[in-house]
Amino acid sequence: MSTPENQVPEMPSSTKLISTLAVVAMISGLLVVLVYEFTKPIIAENQRLATERAIFKVLPKAVSRLTFVVENDKLTPADDKTVGELVYAGYDKNDQLVGIALNAAAQGYQDTVKLLYGYQANSGCITGFDVLKSTETPGFGTKITTDPDFLANFKCLDAKVNPEQSGLIHAIKTVRHGTKQHAWEIDAISGSTITSNAIGRMLNKSGQALHPIITKNLSLLETAKIQSKNK
Amino acid sequence: MAKSDLKIDIRTSPYIRKAPSVAQIMRNVVYALLPLAAYSVYQFGISALALLLVTTLSCMATEHFFCWMSDKKSTILDASAAVSGLLLAMTLPPGFPLWMGAVAGFTAIAMGKTLFGGLGFNVFNPALVGRAFVQAAFPVSITTWTPALAVDRFVEFIPSTLALPFMKPAATADWTAQVAIDGFSGATPLALMKFQGIMTDSYDLFIGNVTGSAGETSSLLILVCGLYLVYKKMLDWRIPAAVIFGTVISAELFYFLDPNKYPSPTFMVFSGGLMFAAVFMASDMVASPVTPLGIFVFGVLVGFLTVIIRLFGGLTEAVMYAILFGNAATPIIETYTQPRIYGARKKAKEKS
Amino acid sequence: MTQATKKETPLTLDVFTAGIWKENPVFVMMLGLCPVLAVTNSVLNSLAMGIASIFVLVCSNALVSALRNFIPKQVRITTYIIIIATFVTLVDYIIQAVSLDLYNKLGAFIQLIVVNCLILGRAEAYASKNSFTKSVVSALGMGLGFTLALVMLGGVRELLGAGQLLGYQVFSTQFEPWVVMILPPGGFIVLGSWLLLINYIQQRKTGQIIAADATAHCTVKP
Repeated sequence: MSTPENQVPEMPSSTKLISTLAVVAMISGLLVVLVYEFTKPIIAENQRLATERAIFKVLPKAVSRLTFVVENDKLTPADDKTVGELVYAGYDKNDQLVGIALNAAAQGYQDTVKLLYGYQANSGCITGFDVLKSTETPGFGTKITTDPDFLANFKCLDAKVNPEQSGLIHAIKTVRHGTKQHAWEIDAISGSTITSNAIGRMLNKSGQALHPIITKNLSLLETAKIQSKNK
Repeated sequence: MAKSDLKIDIRTSPYIRKAPSVAQIMRNVVYALLPLAAYSVYQFGISALALLLVTTLSCMATEHFFCWMSDKKSTILDASAAVSGLLLAMTLPPGFPLWMGAVAGFTAIAMGKTLFGGLGFNVFNPALVGRAFVQAAFPVSITTWTPALAVDRFVEFIPSTLALPFMKPAATADWTAQVAIDGFSGATPLALMKFQGIMTDSYDLFIGNVTGSAGETSSLLILVCGLYLVYKKMLDWRIPAAVIFGTVISAELFYFLDPNKYPSPTFMVFSGGLMFAAVFMASDMVASPVTPLGIFVFGVLVGFLTVIIRLFGGLTEAVMYAILFGNAATPIIETYTQPRIYGARKKAKEKS
Repeated sequence: MTQATKKETPLTLDVFTAGIWKENPVFVMMLGLCPVLAVTNSVLNSLAMGIASIFVLVCSNALVSALRNFIPKQVRITTYIIIIATFVTLVDYIIQAVSLDLYNKLGAFIQLIVVNCLILGRAEAYASKNSFTKSVVSALGMGLGFTLALVMLGGVRELLGAGQLLGYQVFSTQFEPWVVMILPPGGFIVLGSWLLLINYIQQRKTGQIIAADATAHCTVKP
């Protein structure tokens, strides 16, 4: 080191200070860029796999998928990086539409809960979900993926679009455990009411906004895969 | 805190009267708790009895173990561990698995008492520390309530009681449906109030004809036992009174704002563990203030927090957290409520 | 400092083992407790956090030590932080590439390695005064000690909180999980219990030495 500790250190010139910092910053910049370039394709691939795993989980019959983005009332083909409300359409091996996967999010007990859910446009059913992000209390909020009574809600949760195509016929809502009467109600988990409510809220919000758009553009979704192959 | 090695004892007259020793006080608290224990056994049967025994033994064993580990004379004979164990058992649901009860007892003494240096140094009420731990660790079991006065309660355990150590307790739903006399829902009056908006009759609450933790159901009996201790001068009546006062005032405020939405003060006072906690928990000699004004502040704080947590919190049983919080605030309360020394003039308004 | 640079103490095994036990960053020095409490709810998270910390610690200490004669005293902290931040960014990318699941679980705590006092502390207190080899060896020891502590916490918390170790069911499926253990309070409780146990053992040890050493003296400590 240039200055011994027991003496009063003399101030080096600012040129020296700046140049030292510049050299160190350059080394670190170089390192970051190198690793970034190297890991970028791997990270992108990981993200694609994660998205696909979630999509194929909520649409078990699907073997391939196409991504669309919502623009006003239209759906336009997009890739996963597009910013906006993304809609994933799943297709079976004969390129027939088997369902649509949609994102939904709402405030849970601790933080936002994000999930991907499957929607059958023809029957108007929500048929399952996969949690993308959740920091809910283990043993309570995490029961949404394990509680058999709660999962039974998603055999066919009614999310039919009303005739005017402006929203859902019946708003989806969460009701207290054991009082579910209609197909559009979600039977809450007793002890995890807040998380159950969050799921009801997010599905309702997403359903009111997106399901009419999907209904309007259903023919596009149904034929998109075949057309993309013919091209 | 007085130094324990101080030998000289200067007192004013009368000289004959002897201050009760710790062991004497604790013994009397045990006597006062016995009727409550008996009533809980009468209500919930041998499960409650087993739970009382397990937590008490676990507390005493823990105390003994830590004394042995730190090469001190064992302090189990002053009965303070037994009091903690009894108090703890009475705040737990009657069907609480015994092994969890043992864990609660261990935590109560280990974390709530010996860690701070034993009796006289604990910052929190040990029994409540134990309960807070199991509340966080086993949230399902501690909110599983079983009906009182089941027919076979003296010959048959509640199924969840005998869970093997570290194993899940058996589900009680079927058993409850079997033994329940009429439409028992497995919810305490507080839970009914919070989640279903049903008010339980105040008379039932007062007598103890409701579901709840092993020892907290009958407000009447708790008051009688408390009066015994007050008569013996082993309980400062001002603490329970202040807690109840704080609860009534706070509940009244909300009831006044919207009687349809918020429960009445009577309900608040007699439901849940409030009465039990006010008489036996808040009055913990070590962890509560001793200055007259401090007692009042402490009680009102506890009562107010109880009402706030009950009405707006996620948990139904609030008084436990309220008292723990009050315990934590005790040193600061005492600092600001020191009484004026007799003869000393009041100083000109001090800053801070 | 001048003495240290002129006359290096030789590289001994002690330089390596100090970090693991005698100067364990968590149990003895109580450094870097934020990740210790936050991510140790399972062994896997603990291990990943530990390995990431070892990487950052070793690389940054190596670089700091190599550059120690060029860095003016006035800007040394800035420089150390730049160096540490660089390696943290690298770890961040690498973990994302290895496993997104893991990355999501560790969350912000990878980025927060930047402000972990352990790493800056070692750079300032050790790497800036010692040779390259010694710095690397010491950093490796410290990192391993840190990882060891994380895994000790994570092991207890996962075992009690989920009945598993590294995701394998240890107890039968009937095991009742202690929910509190995987929540933040569990971190405090388990860390406290480990500290209690370790200090108790060490006190016993030193107590015995004192007793054997000087029988004439009466130890007052109860």
